[in-house]
Parts: sequence; structure tokens; C-alpha cells
Amino acid sequence: MRIKLEKRREPSKLMQVVTPIASVLLTMLVGVVVFDLLGIDGQRAVIDIFVTPLIASYKWQDVAVKAAPLIIIALGLSIGNRANVWNIGAEGQYIIGALCAAGVGLAAGAAGGPIIIVTMILAGIVGGSAWASVPAALKTRFGVNEILSSLMLTYVALQVLSYLVGGPWKDPNGRNFPATAPLQPDQTLPILFSGTTVHLGVAIAVVLPFLFWLLMSRSVFGYQVRVVGSAPNAARHGGFDGNQTVWLAMLIGGGMAGLAGALEFAGALKAINLGFPSGYGFTAIIVSFLGRLHPIGCLIAGIVLAVTYVGGQVAQTTVHIPNATAGIFQAMMLFFILASDIFVRYRVRFMPSAKAAVQPAAGE
Amino acid sequence: MDFLIAAIITIVGISTPILLAGLGELVVEKSGVLNLGVEGMMLVGAIAGFAATVLTGNPWLGVIGAAVAGALAASLFGFLVLTLNSNQVATGLALTIFGTGLSSLIGLSFVGRIVPQFGSVFPPELARDPILKVIFGYSPVVYFALVMVFVVGWFLKSTRAGLILRAVGENDLSAHSIGYSVIGVRYAAVAFGGAMAGIGGAYFSMVITPMWAERMTAGRGWIALALVVFAGWRSGRLLVGAIFFGVLMWMELNAKAGGLAFLSFAQYIPSQFWAAMPYLMTVVVLTLISMRDRVGLNAPACLGKPFVPAT
Repeated sequence: MRIKLEKRREPSKLMQVVTPIASVLLTMLVGVVVFDLLGIDGQRAVIDIFVTPLIASYKWQDVAVKAAPLIIIALGLSIGNRANVWNIGAEGQYIIGALCAAGVGLAAGAAGGPIIIVTMILAGIVGGSAWASVPAALKTRFGVNEILSSLMLTYVALQVLSYLVGGPWKDPNGRNFPATAPLQPDQTLPILFSGTTVHLGVAIAVVLPFLFWLLMSRSVFGYQVRVVGSAPNAARHGGFDGNQTVWLAMLIGGGMAGLAGALEFAGALKAINLGFPSGYGFTAIIVSFLGRLHPIGCLIAGIVLAVTYVGGQVAQTTVHIPNATAGIFQAMMLFFILASDIFVRYRVRFMPSAKAAVQPAAGE
Repeated sequence: MDFLIAAIITIVGISTPILLAGLGELVVEKSGVLNLGVEGMMLVGAIAGFAATVLTGNPWLGVIGAAVAGALAASLFGFLVLTLNSNQVATGLALTIFGTGLSSLIGLSFVGRIVPQFGSVFPPELARDPILKVIFGYSPVVYFALVMVFVVGWFLKSTRAGLILRAVGENDLSAHSIGYSVIGVRYAAVAFGGAMAGIGGAYFSMVITPMWAERMTAGRGWIALALVVFAGWRSGRLLVGAIFFGVLMWMELNAKAGGLAFLSFAQYIPSQFWAAMPYLMTVVVLTLISMRDRVGLNAPACLGKPFVPAT
């Protein structure tokens, strides 16, 4: 018996839904085995990482606050990934977005209120887009690979942050600790439920996927992105400009990352220090793939990844494994989802004999 | 003079891991594969090399362990992108996240351990001489890296296997149609890249700071990726680039410590500027070579594209 792959005419809708769920379950299963082999209570670790944050109601707010930036960034990245525009510098755009919001906050001094908050958020979006516009310009003007340029700019953004919080923006009352002064209370995002840390950004992260869904399914832009990504030649014949798609994908990706950075700053952290870059920009790439580049998928996948972050902290105290262990699980999920892509694009046939395998795949 | 000698020795040291990882990635990219998992493979190599040295007491076995571990990590990537045709960009990032987590987990039981050191390659008197140590005073890994610059350059330029590897990276379909195994060549290149990144990582945990610390490669894997682009996919230029990046990293170290007082302008330039330079320079160089001659850009034509033979 041999295995044969037949290319599907269209990606399997069923597999697009089944494979992410299977990836998460497989990750949990493999996690138990691997951790037991390493001499760690695998069952306990997996339960703590994947289940405890969901059943312990006091962890829900942590999950919500962590999921928000992941969902928002992943929404923007999904558009690029669909159009084969690879923005892997979302982490840098997230940082610059937060810095722009902080700049507005610092410039506003003691002034607060909705206008300041809205300006901060807009500054974040503009900042993130501006940072992403560099790879977009280099790509469309000179053909520079956007994967490398957006990635390199992330490391530049890290240094900009380090410079600002350690120098011009350092809190004079901060006992020489490199961080900005904390935001004025009326410059921070409103809390949705009193007594929790759930801020307005969480609501934005819940609403945005549905807006993106409309955008992608109902607008010419959504159609353009899908055509440019799946059939670049047809797109050219159809009059869709590849450069325009690159620009839009990068600007939206950067804008969303910048928005996430501004919300994280104004909603959750309220000050920027060297620990601000949290890898959300990179993890959002996992979210985008686990969510199958679909807005609602990103919403669900963002929550799953947020659970692993919170669960990783739980496991750190219960089974004494380092925080980075959550990263192993996140990477495994991504490995499985990428590997299972083959089931989306191909039909797997088990051929009883070599003779049958030679037959052309007619009548698919 | 002492200052200059100290500077040269530091620069050679910090250039070595990015040179090693860069040489590996150069071969990988020449075969048409983009592996963004260099940082992850370096961390896996760093802990594997450290662990193997501590457990066996022999640093040579440590280097071999690092190479094997790096190659294994790379093979995981290879299986996904070459056999299952998964997306190279996303898989490479997954490898980095995976390697970071795995190395932290394995490293837990090695925190605070002491690692046996290499003996000197040359007679110890030479390495002790205040001036000759600029030439003779390095870890064997440094000389290995230098030799590999020539080996990789010669392999790619002058051997039949190197020609096949480049053909696979430039035009996989043609290479396939004249009977070369595109997937086989790429597997070999990816494994080699992993081994080199692994040794580069081990240089951190075994030589630079002989101890284990989480995330100790501190983003050097990304610099190695930048270096390959910076060098225009040429091994000779990779050596020049590695030294150039080494100088920038040394400037950063010294700016932080206030040691650049001899440069009158240095006091006005924050250390973050030097830290950002390798990345900025890479973007600038990438743009310049793209501007000057789009066709002559030395990037392999199939870089990052999955191989799908016509049926």
C-alpha cells in the first residue's frame, strides 16, 4: 500500500476547521508524553497550561487582557498573509505604536479626557503604519524583501524604545529605573467591569474581528486580497495592482499592531519600560495561522494562545517549569497547524497497489 | 596598544558566532530555503553544547553535541517545509519559539554548572605573548569558523556538489528535471545550516560566557540572518560583514560602559544607536543592491518558495 496526494481544486472547508482543533489537541497529547519523558508531571503541566486558566474564573480577566493584543495584531497580519505579503515585523510596529501613544500622553501633561485618549490611540495606529510603510516602500519601489526588512526594523524599534525610556522619556521620579512616567489616571483606557483589569481594548478586540469579516467577505478590497494571494497572474489580468495590495496589507498590518501597542500601553501597562516588548507581534503570527487567516478564527485562536500564556505562569508555580515552556506548546501548535495544511490542500489517498497509483486523478 | 589588542580580541570573539550561523544560513539560502529559525537553533546548540561538555568533561564532544542538536532542530524544520511543504516563514519562526522554550527547559538543571574549557590550539607561550595573542589566543572554534569561510566558498564555487546546490536554489524545476533530488539537496543544506548555528550557539555558552543563561544568544541569530543578506549571499563578504558587525557590537558594548571617550563625538551618540546599526545597515545595503541592479542581486531565485514538481 502506498500513500498518494491529490491536489484539491479548492482548499477543504472542513479541514480548515478540523485541523486547528486537532493541532491543539495533539499539542496537549504530545506535551504530556514529552514532559513525562523529561521527568516533569506532564499531565499536570498540560492541564495547568491549557485548562486551569479556563476553569479558574479569576484567571479570565488575565486571559482577556492578554488575548486582546494578539487578536488585534493577528487580524492585520492575516490580511497580509492572505495576499502573500509577509510582515513579520509586527513586534516593531507594536512597539512604535505604543511609543507614539506614550508621546501624546507625555505631551498632554496633566490634560486628560476622551480627546487625549482618542488622540493617543490614533497616534498608535499612525505610528505602527508609518513603521510598516518603510518595508512597503522598499518592497514596491526597489523590490526589497519585506520579510527581512520588516524583521530588521523590529530590532531598530527595540533600540528606539530603549533609548527613549532610558533617556529623554525617563521618569525623573522613577529612582533611575528606565521607564516612562505612569499615565495620568484620566489618560488611561476605561475599565469595562469595575474591580477587574479588563479595559476598553478587550471590547475593541471582540468587535474588530466581525468588522474585518465584513471587510474581507463583502468588499472589493477583500476580494482583491484573496485574488492577489491565491492567483497573482489572474489578479494582474483582472487589473488588481500588486503594489497597491502590498501597501494596503502592510499599512493595515502595521496599523493594527500599532493600535494593539497603544491599547496595551493605555489600557494595561500605563507606562513603558524595557520589558514592554512581549513578543505579541511574533505570537500573533501563530494566532493568524491557527485561526486559518480568518477574522473569527483569529478571535478564537487569540484566546487559545492567551490561555497558554496565563497557563504558563500557573505551571511555573505549580510544576516549577520555566515561563518559556509555554513557548514550546505555542511552537508545537504552530508546527502541527502548518503540517496539517497538507490535508487542507491535498486529498490523501491510500492506494492498495502500485498499479492503481499510476492512474490519473480524474474526476476529482 | 593594549586597548587595540583588547579591542581586536573582543571583536573577533563576538563576530565568531554570527559568522558560523551566517555561513550555515548562507548554504541553506543558496539551496533555495529560507530558515528564520537561526536564533532557535543557536539556543538549542548553546544548551546542547553546554550539557554535553558538562556531562562528558570534553569540550570537543560538546561542540559535536551542539552541531548534532542544531542539525536535529533544523531537520524538524526540514521535515515540515520540505516533506510537508509548509510555509517557510512561519515554520522558521516556530522553530525559534520552540528552540527558545526547549533550551530554557533543558537548561534548568544546568544553571550554575561550570563548563570545562578548551586547551589552547597553539603552544601556550604564543597565546600569552601580549601581541601574538591577537593571532594565537583564540578558542579552537574561532579557527574552525575561519576555515569554514574558505571551505564554504570553495564548496559553492568550485565543487560539483556546490554547483548542484546552487542550481537547486536558482531553478528547482530544471534541477529536478535533469535528475537531481531537490528535496535531498535541501535537506542536507538545512541540516548543515542547523549544525553551524548550533556550534555558533555553543560558542556563547562554552567560550564567551562559560555558563548557561536563558536566551543567552540575545538575538544574534537575527543578526546572522541580516549578515547573509548584507553579504549578498557571498562567503567572502560574509567574513568582512561579520567583522563589521562585530565592530558595531563592540561599539555598543563600549558606549554602554563609557569606553569610547577617545572618540570625541561618541559621547553624543547613545549606545542604542550602535545596537541598531547592524539592522539599519542591512536594510540600507539590501536597498542599495536592489537599486543598483535588480537582476544581479545575488539572492537565489527560489529563496523561500516551496518546491512543487509538475505532475
